Amino acid sequence: MRSSILPAALLALAATIAPAAAQGPAPLAAEGCIGCHGPDGRGVAGGIPIAGRDRAELVAIMTAFRANERPGTIMGRIARGYTDAEIAAVAEHFSRIR
Amino acid sequence: MTTTFPRRALLAAGAALAAPAPLRAQGTAMRLLVIGGGFGGASAASFARRTYPEVQVTLVEPQPRFVTCPYGNLLLGGERQIGQITHSYDGLRARGVEVIHDRAAGIDAPTKRVRLAGGAVLAYDRLILSPGIAIRWGAIEGYDEAAAQQMPHAWIPADGSQTLLLRRQLEAMPDGGVVGFAIPGNPFRCPPGPYERISMVAHYLKRHKPRSKILALDAKEGFSKQGLFQDGWRALYGDMIEWVPGNRDGRVVKVDVAERVLETEFGTRHKVDVANVIPPQSAASIAAASGLVNDTGWVPVNTRTFEARAAAGVHVIGDANIPGPMPKSGYVANTTAKQAVAAAVALHRGQTPPEPVYFNTCYSHVGENYGISVVGIFRPNADGTAIAEVPNSGGVSPRGDLPEQRRLEAIHADSWYDSITRSMFG
Repeated sequence: MRSSILPAALLALAATIAPAAAQGPAPLAAEGCIGCHGPDGRGVAGGIPIAGRDRAELVAIMTAFRANERPGTIMGRIARGYTDAEIAAVAEHFSRIR
Repeated sequence: MTTTFPRRALLAAGAALAAPAPLRAQGTAMRLLVIGGGFGGASAASFARRTYPEVQVTLVEPQPRFVTCPYGNLLLGGERQIGQITHSYDGLRARGVEVIHDRAAGIDAPTKRVRLAGGAVLAYDRLILSPGIAIRWGAIEGYDEAAAQQMPHAWIPADGSQTLLLRRQLEAMPDGGVVGFAIPGNPFRCPPGPYERISMVAHYLKRHKPRSKILALDAKEGFSKQGLFQDGWRALYGDMIEWVPGNRDGRVVKVDVAERVLETEFGTRHKVDVANVIPPQSAASIAAASGLVNDTGWVPVNTRTFEARAAAGVHVIGDANIPGPMPKSGYVANTTAKQAVAAAVALHRGQTPPEPVYFNTCYSHVGENYGISVVGIFRPNADGTAIAEVPNSGGVSPRGDLPEQRRLEAIHADSWYDSITRSMFG
């Protein structure tokens, strides 16, 4: 079974159990990010890069956006649609891209 | 006669080396056929190759290059050239997608075959159908293919000729002229699109033909990001733009091409110098010809897998389907394409499709350094019969005098375009 067809919550769980494998396919929740942040999250033409940042930092940023505790142009509106498991999966994915 | 997919032995070997998945017996690789190379189809093909290297992907698209709808309005505003919104399929070929430039002429879902206009028949295991829209010719009296050569719709880019025609007409119009828009009722492709187009035409006119006017005749009483657009129009363009809603006789029912007249429901004849008629639309004709549409002219689908209600194994994405509360947008086509592919692969393997989440981000340029947006996060219900927006999420940009917000959103809009097109074609 391939990781990309696991539900996000299971994927996040799997990632904590078996970290550090080669960078795998993005979970679907992270696929939602690449339309603006670039195919590998590195940012394109003024887009803000999210790849390679610390996992905990990405979780903290998304959680703060979601809680309305961090100013953003559109990310507050987006983050409020994410579950904790999706935020964890997204952070896991982009933190592994170096 | 059935033509099996090309073997592409070298590519298959490369994919097998790259893929950690168990090797499959030769000749049994899943055949994923994608019809339509726009935001839905190109996203599906690219995602399939990136995520499932062992799957054979074939893309059928009539146009040799793809001209995007998004940013076509910036071309009309003089801010982009056609080459900047035209994309090659070479990137998808390099990913191992077999790209066939032909038109799909018929789908036989029970035998899982697609007939091409050129005569070939392609067999598939799962079909991703992203055919786009068709203009409902005749829905506005007098508006047919010939009329569109005088009053362009510029709503299906194809080879870009419609968008370029409208641009030439704007360039040729004398200062002091009137640009008329006919705007359809819901649903239609790209809900904020007509209003971004009005904005970009105003942007051009303000600089080059400042005595000109814009008359926007709308079948609706309200529209996407309306408050934000109208704030921007007042701030940037003064009284240049007049928007007439449906309940003020805004619905165009007839055109007179020779006289350049847009006629509304109650018989008001608006003489204009340039007319952009955005007509009522339906799913592209292959959807109806294949028995996939309902009486709305659009395709009902399972909201978890995008499988058409009327045909097993045919996943319909992009503007042709009925997306619940989601807009018919490029971003929705892009994110639902990924779920459709993941579901198609899982179902082919007898597995449960992944838990879906769909995203939309639509930016609109209102003027220079002036961008606005609507975003949404959506989830389907458990039985795949509906989609709902996640409560308390998404929505439009804040209103008010917020120049830094507008400036940043204009920048983000440009990076959105580069990011999403690169993810589709790169």
